Amino acid sequence: MTGAPVPEPGSSPDTPAGAPGTSPAATLRPARPRWQETLGLLARNPTAAIASLLLIAIVLIAIFDDTLAAEGPNDIDVAERLQSPSWEHPFGTDDLGRDILSRIILGASVSLRVGFLAVGFALVVGTLIGLLAGYYGRWVDDVLMRFMDMLFAFPAVLLAIAVLAVRGPGSGNTALAIGIVYTPIFARVTRASVLGVREEVYVRASRSVGASDWRILTRHILPNAAPPIIVQTSISLAFAVLAEAALSFLGLGTQPPNPSWGLMLAEGRSYIELAWWIAFFPGMAIFLTVLCFNLLGDGLRDVLDPRQRTQMSGSGAAVAADAGGEK
Amino acid sequence: MSTALSAQGTERTPSGDVLVSARGLEVHFPVGGGGLRRKPAGVLRAVDGVDLDILRGETLGLVGESGCGKSTLGNALLRLVPPTGGTVTFDGDDVTSLDRRGLKEMRRRAGMVFQDPFASLDPRRTVAQTVAEPLEVHGLHGGRQERAARVGELLELVGLDPAVAGRYPHEFSGGQRQRVGIARALAGEPDFLVCDEAIASLDVSVQAQVLNLLRRLQRQLGLTLLFVSHDLSAVRHISDRIAVMYLGRIVEIGQAAAVGADPQMPYTQALLSAVPTPHPARERERQRIVLTGDVPSPAAVPSGCRFRTRCPYVFEPCDDVDPALQPVGAPGQLAACHLHGVVGRPVEESPAG
Repeated sequence: MTGAPVPEPGSSPDTPAGAPGTSPAATLRPARPRWQETLGLLARNPTAAIASLLLIAIVLIAIFDDTLAAEGPNDIDVAERLQSPSWEHPFGTDDLGRDILSRIILGASVSLRVGFLAVGFALVVGTLIGLLAGYYGRWVDDVLMRFMDMLFAFPAVLLAIAVLAVRGPGSGNTALAIGIVYTPIFARVTRASVLGVREEVYVRASRSVGASDWRILTRHILPNAAPPIIVQTSISLAFAVLAEAALSFLGLGTQPPNPSWGLMLAEGRSYIELAWWIAFFPGMAIFLTVLCFNLLGDGLRDVLDPRQRTQMSGSGAAVAADAGGEK
Repeated sequence: MSTALSAQGTERTPSGDVLVSARGLEVHFPVGGGGLRRKPAGVLRAVDGVDLDILRGETLGLVGESGCGKSTLGNALLRLVPPTGGTVTFDGDDVTSLDRRGLKEMRRRAGMVFQDPFASLDPRRTVAQTVAEPLEVHGLHGGRQERAARVGELLELVGLDPAVAGRYPHEFSGGQRQRVGIARALAGEPDFLVCDEAIASLDVSVQAQVLNLLRRLQRQLGLTLLFVSHDLSAVRHISDRIAVMYLGRIVEIGQAAAVGADPQMPYTQALLSAVPTPHPARERERQRIVLTGDVPSPAAVPSGCRFRTRCPYVFEPCDDVDPALQPVGAPGQLAACHLHGVVGRPVEESPAG
């Protein structure tokens, strides 16, 4: 217990810095927004950067599918059936003579739409449940998390099949089914993260100036609890694309003749010895998309980790902020 | 007990009236008790029957060992920790029964500076966003421009360059961060500021700067300050009055000069004797009172006088009577010790026994 140096009470080294009238307005916006820094760091991570570029390409393909597809996905041409890959049909044709490349391009929008809708649903609902459960604790936590445990205890595919059996097949219902399956995962990830952040001193500091629960949740807890949720989103997108493929494979997702990667895989299965390309190219599309989402998730995990962040960006030195007030 | 307390406020005070007042304040935490039924196994008496008046415009230093409940007391006065018993009044209003709106207004008028400046600032928000938060919460200085101007003003007030407002906390040193924390606490133009070990985790050279900053702000803005610290020299430097806390109870209170020069309670004497003097000759002569044993656990407070297990002067009534604060020594000085006459509640009545 060392005492603080005590200067003479009479001397006045502690006069306010600068005349109060001349204080320039402070900028309320950060010099460089955090998301910009995150993107910069991500671009410097080779695997994550390549994965992001590929994903952007896949999304662009899904958006402009109508222009990009050379032929209609359901244009049947029996004379051209089971053609191996050629200049005319780069990925070959299937048993009904449909162009597989065109079907994969159109299937991208179906697969991605289902993936994004499903994960979007799980993200919003799961994060909200996790936030409330983690922040309020006690009975709110008990009720919400026991409900989530119930959903979690169900085998995922069985739960999705049950939802689709009730609501009927179709891509919207497929997304809902997958979304419900993934909601408990987001709830758990969020809750665990919130439990840690909730006890931080800055949360108490915010409460001490009169901030409401809602403000504390949205301005302090959610942003600080976000990194694991963002990583989970990226990885869940991969699983959602897989799940859509699996459900379509089982005949519960996208209905023929509409193209979906999983459905094409299922259809190509019976011709695998005769025409490998029917199943191979949809399989590759699924594989690439899932791989990219996973690599992006890994990259985000590294970039969003504050310890690695300081190392990577090389900042952390104190700035010269003293206006020369106290001595 | 409260009759003795009323004497406490009458002596030298900047303006004389009471801003914050606690009566029989208790904060008990349940401890242990795992299992499904979640029944607490015991009670930790962090704050155990505190009577305290903080006068408008004064700086009250609150000292005591780690774990004596001084931080909890500071938090309980602002209802950041819910009191389990007793009352707190802030400028005449009962803090423990405020509704949502009243509590919000109370939190504008009473700020808090936290111990660890590395933990008390949200790492994802810029300095400006942190300092502007009270303005946004209470709808003060509406409009982006005015708010930015006010943030700049506050940063200058605490000795920071307003140009750094857009930076994140990790770019600042400990002392600078603590200044940001002080600026945030001042944003709502509070009357009352609790400094909870506000200089404890800073470098010694920076401690003095922040201490002087607080003293300057207190004078400049007419603040009422509760300065919670275990650092007696710092407390004597900044305080008008000093309260000494031991095991959840205030055991001595009085003018800083009186308590510092002529402590009436053996615990205060021991505490003061442990402070080193920056004068080699006097330091060599310094007589230390070394207490034996450890502080008892606040989950098992001794009967009678809670200091009796370590007191060098322990005698007959200490086991049986829980001493009350009584006027001794200088005017306005109160101490809870039987050496000055046995005053207090016999143990049989006390549920604490």
